[in-house]
Amino acid sequence: ALKDGLLSQVSAALKEGRVTPTELCQRCLALIKSTKFLNAYITVAEETALKQAEESEERYKRGQPLGILDGIPIAVKDNFNTAGIETTCASNMLKGYISPYNATVVQKLLDQGAVLLGKTNLDEFAMGSGSTDGVFGPVRNPWSYSKQYKEKSVPKSHSEDEESNWVITGGSSGGSAAAVSSFTCFAALGSDTGGSTRNPAAHCGVVGLKPTYGLISRHGLIPLVNSMDVPGILTRCVDDAAVLLGSLAGHDPKDSTTVQDDFKPFELPNLTDVSKLSIGIPKEYHAPGLSSEILALWSKAADLFKNAGAKVVEVSLPHTRYSIVCYHVLCTAEVASNMARFDGLEYGHRSDKKESTESMYAATRREGFNDVVRGRILSGNYFLLKQNYEKYFVKAQKVRRLIATDFVKVFRSGVDILLTPTTLSDAAPYTEFIKEDNRTRSTQDDILTQAANMAGLPAINVPTALSERGLPVGLQFIGRSFQEKQLLTVAKWFEKQVQFPMIQLEEVKKHDSDVFQHQKSASFS
Amino acid sequence: MAARGCGGVWRRARQRGAGGPGPGPFPRGQRAVACNAKGGAVPAGKSGLAPWIPVVGLEIHAQISSNSKLFSGSQVQFAAPPNSLVSFFDASLPGTLPVLNKRCVEAAVMTGLALNCSINKKSLFDRKHYFYADLPAGYQITQQRVPIAVNGSLSYSLCIDNKMSQMVTKTVRIKQIQLEQDSGKSLHDDTRSQTLVDLNRAGVGLMEVVMEPDMCCGEEAAAAVRELQLVLQTLGSSQAVMAEGQLRVDANVSVHHPGEPYGVRTEVKNINSIRFLAKAVDYEIQRQIEELENGGTILNETRAFDSKLGCTVPMRDKEGKQDYRFMPEPNLPPLILYDAKSLPANMNHQQVINIDWIYERLPDLPSVKREKLVEQYGILPEHSFTLLNEDGLAEFFESVVKQTQMKPRKVIGWILNDLLSYLKQHSLTVKESPVSSCLLADLLNLLEKKEISSSAAKQVLAELWKGEGKTPLEIVKEQKLELLQDQKELEQICQAVIDGQENEVIMMVPG
Repeated sequence: ALKDGLLSQVSAALKEGRVTPTELCQRCLALIKSTKFLNAYITVAEETALKQAEESEERYKRGQPLGILDGIPIAVKDNFNTAGIETTCASNMLKGYISPYNATVVQKLLDQGAVLLGKTNLDEFAMGSGSTDGVFGPVRNPWSYSKQYKEKSVPKSHSEDEESNWVITGGSSGGSAAAVSSFTCFAALGSDTGGSTRNPAAHCGVVGLKPTYGLISRHGLIPLVNSMDVPGILTRCVDDAAVLLGSLAGHDPKDSTTVQDDFKPFELPNLTDVSKLSIGIPKEYHAPGLSSEILALWSKAADLFKNAGAKVVEVSLPHTRYSIVCYHVLCTAEVASNMARFDGLEYGHRSDKKESTESMYAATRREGFNDVVRGRILSGNYFLLKQNYEKYFVKAQKVRRLIATDFVKVFRSGVDILLTPTTLSDAAPYTEFIKEDNRTRSTQDDILTQAANMAGLPAINVPTALSERGLPVGLQFIGRSFQEKQLLTVAKWFEKQVQFPMIQLEEVKKHDSDVFQHQKSASFS
Repeated sequence: MAARGCGGVWRRARQRGAGGPGPGPFPRGQRAVACNAKGGAVPAGKSGLAPWIPVVGLEIHAQISSNSKLFSGSQVQFAAPPNSLVSFFDASLPGTLPVLNKRCVEAAVMTGLALNCSINKKSLFDRKHYFYADLPAGYQITQQRVPIAVNGSLSYSLCIDNKMSQMVTKTVRIKQIQLEQDSGKSLHDDTRSQTLVDLNRAGVGLMEVVMEPDMCCGEEAAAAVRELQLVLQTLGSSQAVMAEGQLRVDANVSVHHPGEPYGVRTEVKNINSIRFLAKAVDYEIQRQIEELENGGTILNETRAFDSKLGCTVPMRDKEGKQDYRFMPEPNLPPLILYDAKSLPANMNHQQVINIDWIYERLPDLPSVKREKLVEQYGILPEHSFTLLNEDGLAEFFESVVKQTQMKPRKVIGWILNDLLSYLKQHSLTVKESPVSSCLLADLLNLLEKKEISSSAAKQVLAELWKGEGKTPLEIVKEQKLELLQDQKELEQICQAVIDGQENEVIMMVPG
């Protein structure tokens, strides 16, 4: 039953006693060790995880588990506060910082019995699209070590090339995506500001859900852009994403931007009839740089819906093309503001420079932040200067409104769900990726995902197929505000149609043949 | 709004010399005299006698009286141990978010209504950025674009030439009231070149009340602030004790000639009492006039009032010209208020604020209370001011009136001349008075019933101040202060006196 590593299946196994929470936790911890080279985790909370597993085990023994998440090993991106476990944002600024409180989403998971394995790697302060720009080094995409990729891409004769052929995970929640993809946990939290959950999900072949802004509490998520940040969910299937959503969503008195209404968790129906569905294909997503392979896959997916009886229509979101430049202004402005608190006084890194308070601030921030963060702070402050505010910030806000209105119009016209690519291409080898600077890369990579953040809409990456290089490619569904159930239902139907292949982790198997035993059979399904 | 401005144009001569609310004698005294000696010889073509019009506007920060802070659950308390009232949000730990305190909003709405403002049904929060040790987030959450209340007014009265009998009522326009966070406190230890930070105050709710430049002298500014203070205390929206920093006043001062645009203004800070406010403003007006008449210019600068020297001095600017890089606060949705008409039926009443509901429950404001006192007790208007100016005095007065047969107009004399002056002499508050309203009423009843004379009553009162727990009647008996009603007894006493002083009597008789 554990063979697909799905949350719902392992939960049933726990309930039936076929596996205990401690066994499960130990297996995951062993796997984390054997996949250490992926650099998916910044902190592994072995001790607390085993303790949580033990407590869970007690509950199962008493026949009183807390629910479907009880005993399920999960991982959390290292920009969510976790009481007693280091929270670094992959930055020198917060290295060694131990928060005194749990983010609301973390607390909710723990309250439901989940076992927190550790904190996953990311770009510093979530600023990036590769998970390559954190102080703890880049995350490696587990697919780099898959049989599928090796067979197609790695020249067998040059074994030394293997080291330089590994591909990135995408980002910034690359650690979480890699953790889910490599089976070291059953679900992970990411964050999504411009695509940071969906992008790595696409590259790592997992489901990545960015819920509607305001549906899930941001309290305890160290912000990138407050008005766009949403906690993201990474799982191995759409059903699991729905489970996580149900356990996390709803009003939080600690986050005034969450919806007032209670959220009713749902189970996803198996859609049999899509004929009443209207799928919109936004023509602007046919963006420059979109690989022909992904374009083909996108049309194939549209055909799939058409052939199943759904209405597929081309739609236009005319202002989406301004979203990158608009995002740049809004994002950097909020970054400049949000980062102001890191002055070395109350917490985090503090420079030894003591000539004056100002020089201490300057040195602290110089030493604490990388170039990307400092660059964004600089531009953001420029846009917020009195003489620039109207010209940049206010204008960007207006453009943001236009982008959001585009979506409203399209949905009002009768379209239920939009279908788009998630990324322009499959994952790039690290050596290729770092040839461009962070800003250029982010600009290119966020192009297909960002507009959903601008509009606050729910969107999900569904792994669709493998590329010619044997790497995952995903497609994105964007839904109406707070219509997660409809979005996930359609995503689930699509997931079932495409039968995305299971990763075959040869490399890891060598390290831990026992743990990965179940995957061998999976690969034939 | 009719009585705006002093109607006062200042001439240099008027401000010179002793008396009046002019600047203190030091250290500018020397220069003032020197200036004076020069007479009308003012350079730059302007006649030295051209009158100056001073313009004074005020920015007042009133700490909201609430149990918890504006955006966090930490307690609000004066003089608690350092950093004992600091939540994760107050210390701006990463990931924390502001949650608006309803009580603070209600306090601001109440204050807005009491100051005749229109309440904005939708107001917004903004971030104001600057780096400072006691501002942990690097920004203050305030209401820069759309504040909670705008366009109000406050009427206040002041006496002319220090004569209580000549009171005039003026009005200052209230530009706006905005909600914002207080900062923490920095203590600079220069010897160890350390700065110690106390975040207890960080995040406490403030109402910034912006008064338009409708005042023209220190006395006006002081009277306006005093009236505001009374209003806030009556509402309970702020304790407004200046000494505890619950009311902080910054004054914007400029001078110009009639018919000319406003002059460059300076901002005077660090004013710790209402008395100092008057002094600081008048000093600054005078300083500017002298500066300009000497051919100098006024810099748009911030100056601090030095209460020991009685003058204003330029403040070291923190970082030169600041650009606060205002930005909308993204973590707080717009603040929506309702009135009876707009209140949605299905709304949880605990969660919404109904302006009309608050309006209906406003207590009597000081101006109304004064009118009522004058009307009900027939006292002089100026006495009603004195009664309200002392916390609890009006209540004391009314309580005495209730318990005696004496006419209120007579009672007021005892309250103001005897009780109040005694309290002032001994720096006591009304609450701390050793003589309760009940005791005073007993005493006044003895007087009213002609059982004692007025001078005996003063004697009894002097005894009562000692607070030995004796009743007025006991004191009267002990000291035999009763007025004699018995003719015979009186004659006997007189005879005894005469008998004992025969020589004097003999000497007097022929005279």
